[in-house]
Amino acid sequence: MFSTRNFNRSKPVLFILILFPSLLWAYQFITGNLGVNPIEKLMDELGLMALRLIIITLMITTLSNIKSLKSIVVLRRMIGLFAFYYVCLHFSTYIVLDHFLDMQFIIQDIIKRPFITFGFISFLFLIPLASTSTNNIIKRLGFKLWKKIHYLIYPVAILASMHFYVLVRADKTEPVIYMGIIILLLLHRIFKRITRPQLAQ
Amino acid sequence: MKILGSEITPYKTYLNRRKFIKGSLASAMLATVTSSAFANHDSDLPIYTKNLNENDKLNSYEEITTYNNFYEFGTHKKHPHLNSGNFKPRPWTIKIDGLVKKPQTFDLEKILSNVTIEDRVYRLRCVEAWSMVIPWQGFQLSELIKMAEPLSSAKYVQFVTVFRPEEMPGQQKRTIIWPYREGLRMDEAMNPLTILATGLYGHEMPNQNGAPIRLVVPWKYGFKSIKSIVEIRFLDTQPETSWETLAPWEYGFYANVNPNVNHPRWSQGTERRIGEFKRRETLMFNGYEEEVAHLYKDLDLTKFY
Repeated sequence: MFSTRNFNRSKPVLFILILFPSLLWAYQFITGNLGVNPIEKLMDELGLMALRLIIITLMITTLSNIKSLKSIVVLRRMIGLFAFYYVCLHFSTYIVLDHFLDMQFIIQDIIKRPFITFGFISFLFLIPLASTSTNNIIKRLGFKLWKKIHYLIYPVAILASMHFYVLVRADKTEPVIYMGIIILLLLHRIFKRITRPQLAQ
Repeated sequence: MKILGSEITPYKTYLNRRKFIKGSLASAMLATVTSSAFANHDSDLPIYTKNLNENDKLNSYEEITTYNNFYEFGTHKKHPHLNSGNFKPRPWTIKIDGLVKKPQTFDLEKILSNVTIEDRVYRLRCVEAWSMVIPWQGFQLSELIKMAEPLSSAKYVQFVTVFRPEEMPGQQKRTIIWPYREGLRMDEAMNPLTILATGLYGHEMPNQNGAPIRLVVPWKYGFKSIKSIVEIRFLDTQPETSWETLAPWEYGFYANVNPNVNHPRWSQGTERRIGEFKRRETLMFNGYEEEVAHLYKDLDLTKFY
């Protein structure tokens, strides 16, 4: 049995572990060690990290159904906020480094290219999630409304994985694995609702 | 085979000598060999820069050989560089068939003894909106076509890449339908800009860039410039090409660089020149409009993209 205290204790370590890649990539970018096409590399790494963190937050909820891991849910907020942090870095790399704030081009790009549309909507949906993440706000909104807002994580995850899927030219194995995991996690939630509706808050 | 001044010391021998000299400094060896190899290219620069456009700068040997799309060795840009070590580009033959006087198989050495190897510095524009400037060595495809003696009914040329899954790990997975195929219209194939390249930066074509012989069609997106060619077929109908077969709504047979016709996933209006920070405007026909625009004067380029 892992207690809330166990998980809370692991937070500082997790914090550093999850933050570290962004610092490393920033350092490599500045020192010119991010390969031949550093802007593309930076954008890919940041985006992939964000997608993985989004999936981990979904996994945490599922894992918390296991009795001995119930308290793992205390890690979810931090990881979710880190997902938002990486999405923001990913998006600003696209806007600032890739397109040099050429807003006219960027708006066209968001409208015209489905994969960018998916990614952009996913980013927009994450904003209300991230901005309702303090205990104070949860109290003010009430848990029910807060929970409703946070159902947005499902379209966020699906759109983010589609964003990746469409981007890949051939050999879609990796995006398909992510999509598969997301679908399984969602199916598990639906299954839970149907079989034990009284447990669903 | 005609020899360029810069090729007199074969690259392998050059590296081996370096290795021998630096052998005692085992730990520093790799770095030293690499940097001296680049120094070698730098000393050749004046040969190439003289036919360089004033807005262009040559990409480095490292950039050209570590960032490649060559799915036969894996789908990531670094895979061809990392996974092509077991590929054996010699001996090599090219089969000529289809609408020709006499189907035959040429030894690569025989082809090379009949052509003039020259330097061509070309921009290469990938459909993914990045580009490089590469000093190739090669000969005009038209020279080989003359040797092949196609019939007058031949209107298209098809090219096929080698299929060797044991040497090309990417082919062990069915990422695309192997072997890779490409094609050109006969007038495109005969255009003086179209070359078969056998080297870059003055030494033999590296495996990851399409050893031992590859097509370079500088006004078309990079995927048209098929690598490691083993078969050339002359046809009277437009041949199927790999990317067009895989996703016809994204990739056309012509695949001319065209900033006005967007790919559904990439705007083609701008590109990132590898090594540069800001994007550049993409030029019509990749800047070779003067040489090739006449080939397409009767073609609707938005339909035949």
